[in-house]
Amino acid sequence: MMDAIARLGKNTLDFLASFGRASQFLLGVLVGVPKPSVGLPLLLKQIYSVGVLSLVIVVVSGLFIGMVLGLQGYTILSDFGSESAIGQMIALTLVRELGPVVTALLFAGRAGSALTAEIGLMKATEQLSSMEMMGVDPLRRVIAPRLWAGFLSMPILALVFSMVGILGGMLVGVEWLGVFEGSFWGNMQASVDFRDDVLNGVIKSVVFGFVCAWIAVYQGYDCVPTSAGISSATTKTVVYSSLAVLGLDFILTAVMFGNF
Amino acid sequence: MAEAAYISLANVVFSRSGRRIFDGLSLQIPRGKITAIMGPSGTGKTTLLRLIGGQLKPESGSVLVDGHDIPKLRRGALYQLRKKMGMLFQSGALFTDVNVYENVAFPLRVHTKLPEDMIRDIVLMKLEAVGLRGASDLMPAELSGGMTRRVALARSIVLDPELIMYDEPFAGQDPIAMGVVVKLIRQLNSAMGLTSVLVSHDVPESLSICHYAFILSDGKVIGAGTPEQLREHSSDKVQQFLQGKPDGPVPFHYPAPERAVDFGLGAKQ
Repeated sequence: MMDAIARLGKNTLDFLASFGRASQFLLGVLVGVPKPSVGLPLLLKQIYSVGVLSLVIVVVSGLFIGMVLGLQGYTILSDFGSESAIGQMIALTLVRELGPVVTALLFAGRAGSALTAEIGLMKATEQLSSMEMMGVDPLRRVIAPRLWAGFLSMPILALVFSMVGILGGMLVGVEWLGVFEGSFWGNMQASVDFRDDVLNGVIKSVVFGFVCAWIAVYQGYDCVPTSAGISSATTKTVVYSSLAVLGLDFILTAVMFGNF
Repeated sequence: MAEAAYISLANVVFSRSGRRIFDGLSLQIPRGKITAIMGPSGTGKTTLLRLIGGQLKPESGSVLVDGHDIPKLRRGALYQLRKKMGMLFQSGALFTDVNVYENVAFPLRVHTKLPEDMIRDIVLMKLEAVGLRGASDLMPAELSGGMTRRVALARSIVLDPELIMYDEPFAGQDPIAMGVVVKLIRQLNSAMGLTSVLVSHDVPESLSICHYAFILSDGKVIGAGTPEQLREHSSDKVQQFLQGKPDGPVPFHYPAPERAVDFGLGAKQ
């Protein structure tokens, strides 16, 4: 019993120490913004590898999730004779919840793990150390562009996910199951509010983007520079990011939509 | 040591993971000479280079490089001072996503505003100095271990530093590659007037090129002087290291319980 309490205390202290290090690290990255002439090309390169290269998985996933929503939505709503509300259901589900959350989970798995592994390997092969010894701060040169790229890419990816998802839902609902196209789009337009739904969804994805990118670059930078250490850091990135996204989603949803 | 010291460490104490690496280490490295730091694996030779480069901070003591107290320097000043330092890492530490040319050009692109044709000339000159001008288009993955280290050497001298630190430059090299590195270290030191610090446990190679050497053990200097002075050093520990004897003051056996206890010899009735 005492051992369990001691372990709990140790784990809590370890977590707090790690969180403190991660916060210090974040401060260092945010303060050390490189000059635009240097930083912009680095940022664009990272937006390409983090954002553009994630597009395929986001688009394909969005399409299938939208199609599944169309199928399920039609089955459930037709029991109540209200299958014409399928457009509204698909759009609200995607824009408010599934767009930001699933994109963040996909991002953590595809781009977050790649960021961690890349930075971890740079650390293991002393590339970060050699950069420091050449008088170049790796926080500015390597970490900052990757953090900002994740932060900027996520909302755009989430919007793409939602748009493709709605298209997938329309394909199933309208083209396949025969829901009237006018009511599909009309109900959607009438019920989806830009500020309450779209903007809140974007805010969610901004938060998720920041948290996922922070976790990914920190895990890479802080990893034990061995193959086992990099493997463990990559796993932690995906697990911590997923848990953080799901936990934060509940909190954000309660704040944004919980008009009790 | 009559020459002015370029690097001076005084009473440096440094621990890592609860283990004391240096316990009051003091040494002086002369300007413009090749100084070897030798000692068994795990004595903190690489740690010493990282303390000199400011990547690690000692718990106490001072680390002076060209008159600057490294642990007390502000971040910006430290990064400025590092432009005068070159470091050859054991692995080479080349950037794997760009070719040899871009690796060597990197410090110039970051720290200078030189036009592209001048950068090209400097990079090719440095690659020529290490015999790899013809390899400028290769990617790091296409280089052998020896070539990687030579490219890294070209990169570390591209800003014409005052100090260059070599971390185990001979480790894992075949005899030809080792001969090339020995030649380059000697040539660069005399041609550029560099202060060179060489960390190694390869005794013959290190003593063949260094002007001075320090032997570290248990966090302290146990022998110092010119190669001739060290060869005649009276300490058994120094002689054991220089001659590579498997047993001596540094024991062959890691500390362990009595054999009888481990093998259960006393317990049987």
